[in-house]
Amino acid sequence: MTHADMCRPAPGERGVTTPGSVLIVGASAAGLSTAEALRRQGYEGRLTLLDAEPHLPYDRPPLSKQVLAGAWEPARAQLRGQAQLEALNAAFVRGEPAVAFDAAAREVHTSTGRAMRADAVVIATGLTPCRLPCQESRNGQNREDGQSGRDGQSGQSGRNGPAGVHVLRGLDDALTLRAHLTAARRLVVVGEGVLGGEVAATARGMGLDVTLAGLGSGILAGQLGEQVSALLTRTHAERGVVLRLGVAVAELTGADGRVTGVRLATGELLPADAVVVAIGSRPATGWLEGSGLALGDGVECDARCRAAEGVYAVGDVASWEHEGLGRRLRLENRTNATEQAQVVAANVLGADRAYTPIPYFWTDQYDIKIQAHGLLSAAAEVSIVEGGVEGGVEGDAEQRRFAAIYREGGQVTGVLGWNMPKQARLLRQQHLVTRPLASA
Amino acid sequence: MKVTIDEDKCCGAGSCVLLAPEVFDQREDDGIVILLDAEPGEDRHAVVREAAAVCPGAAIAVSE
Ligand SMILES: Cc1cc2nc3c(=O)[nH]c(=O)nc-3n(C[C@H](O)[C@H](O)[C@H](O)COP(=O)(O)OP(=O)(O)OC[C@H]3O[C@@H](n4cnc5c(N)ncnc54)[C@H](O)[C@@H]3O)c2cc1C
Ligand code: SF4
Repeated sequence: MTHADMCRPAPGERGVTTPGSVLIVGASAAGLSTAEALRRQGYEGRLTLLDAEPHLPYDRPPLSKQVLAGAWEPARAQLRGQAQLEALNAAFVRGEPAVAFDAAAREVHTSTGRAMRADAVVIATGLTPCRLPCQESRNGQNREDGQSGRDGQSGQSGRNGPAGVHVLRGLDDALTLRAHLTAARRLVVVGEGVLGGEVAATARGMGLDVTLAGLGSGILAGQLGEQVSALLTRTHAERGVVLRLGVAVAELTGADGRVTGVRLATGELLPADAVVVAIGSRPATGWLEGSGLALGDGVECDARCRAAEGVYAVGDVASWEHEGLGRRLRLENRTNATEQAQVVAANVLGADRAYTPIPYFWTDQYDIKIQAHGLLSAAAEVSIVEGGVEGGVEGDAEQRRFAAIYREGGQVTGVLGWNMPKQARLLRQQHLVTRPLASA
Repeated sequence: MKVTIDEDKCCGAGSCVLLAPEVFDQREDDGIVILLDAEPGEDRHAVVREAAAVCPGAAIAVSE
């Protein structure tokens, strides 16, 4: 079964319980896509999108790449043009975070005291970046998401502990960080995940001295497995990034309220004028405390992305039962946001559709484009293939262009492309299309 | 229907090709989208609209 089959509403499948009004909380990739999918699938009722941020909906992947590098004007990262947004015939409420929710009444309360009720509510509030414990305690303020309606608020990293320490989630974060990096000389990136790797690569491109410190054994080791991670880590070293891996950060040092360095648990001090903390994020569910919804690792939904009667979750914030894989999953990637939106929209309109995607993410670091389809566990056995021909040979180290297949217990669980996007997609079609979707 | 693509925004996911291989393909070397049919026929409108909707780079635009 293809993604298309999965998402297109079957004739006669909907229209049973079409809601008179839909409220979407969070108007970014997942929320906006849900709104568009609702209209495309024929929904003509009232549609409202509420977002904490004042900006028009924009895309996040360019923030650590083209926008941070200065290659794109921020406006280029906008998800849709003005005309497309108007064509949606929806009410956009911006700059007003939701602070509380009553799931049984489907009523959202916002920071201005406004109450918004709808027949169906879609939760699409994404993630809030984690801070270092030493960052949070610095000014005695708890920065956990939602504690004061702060989900989705960005551009406040400067007020976290010493100035010059950043997180990167929103457009304001990216612009603040870019302004700082154009004046800084030494950057320390804390975190060896996708975001840490991308920021390190972009900052090297801007000419900064970059040190990357992280708990893991290699860049993206948890997501790509040791073999490919080792190659990526080596690439960073070749491009001049100083690596401190497998070691914890003990504290940030500062003088006159500005950051001066990062001290590691080994005692080593990494001097810095700028620090980016990229140690992961947690679902932005602070505003849902006491709502009656089950909150675990995100908003807990059934296989249909339903959290309660008339309440759905979509995107990074949503955890759901993946029937094909037979387990609960929450994905933090861009494709999931739009794909899940198609299924949620159909279900809001009365369909009964399980969401069973093949997980997929990409990352661009230097001139390397990595595409990861399926589940690439660190425990998998990795064989390098090229151009779709399985051979177990090493990928061309000079050109660094290869595709790899990940297997667990003899079963293909994932495929990866290293500067081979098309080949990776073909391998996905060959090895992954039916398996994870088998029970869909 | 008129389809336009913005190569600069394409991240090479190939979601569009998975949905509508008659309309989209990817370059061999860098995976960037190739538009095979800028004015697809009626029967493909729904699937092309869906491709534009799910494209993770917001790289596909469709006008009537
Ligand atoms: C810098 C960066 C680079 C990335 N690069 C890649 C990549 O290369 N490849 C990839 O696959 N993925 C990437 N991602 C991940 C991808 O961007 C996310 O998966 C995607 O944005 C998820 O969409 P979402 O709509 O679920 O959440 P978000 O995009 O986080 O949107 C959530 C929205 O909810 C709003 N909100 C939050 N709380 C509230 C509240 N209480 N009330 C009202 N509104 C609220 C926020 O303001 C925000 O607009 C990247 C992410 C970042 C931050
Ligand atoms: S789906 Fe979008 S990003 Fe992916 S290959 Fe097609 S145009 Fe490019």
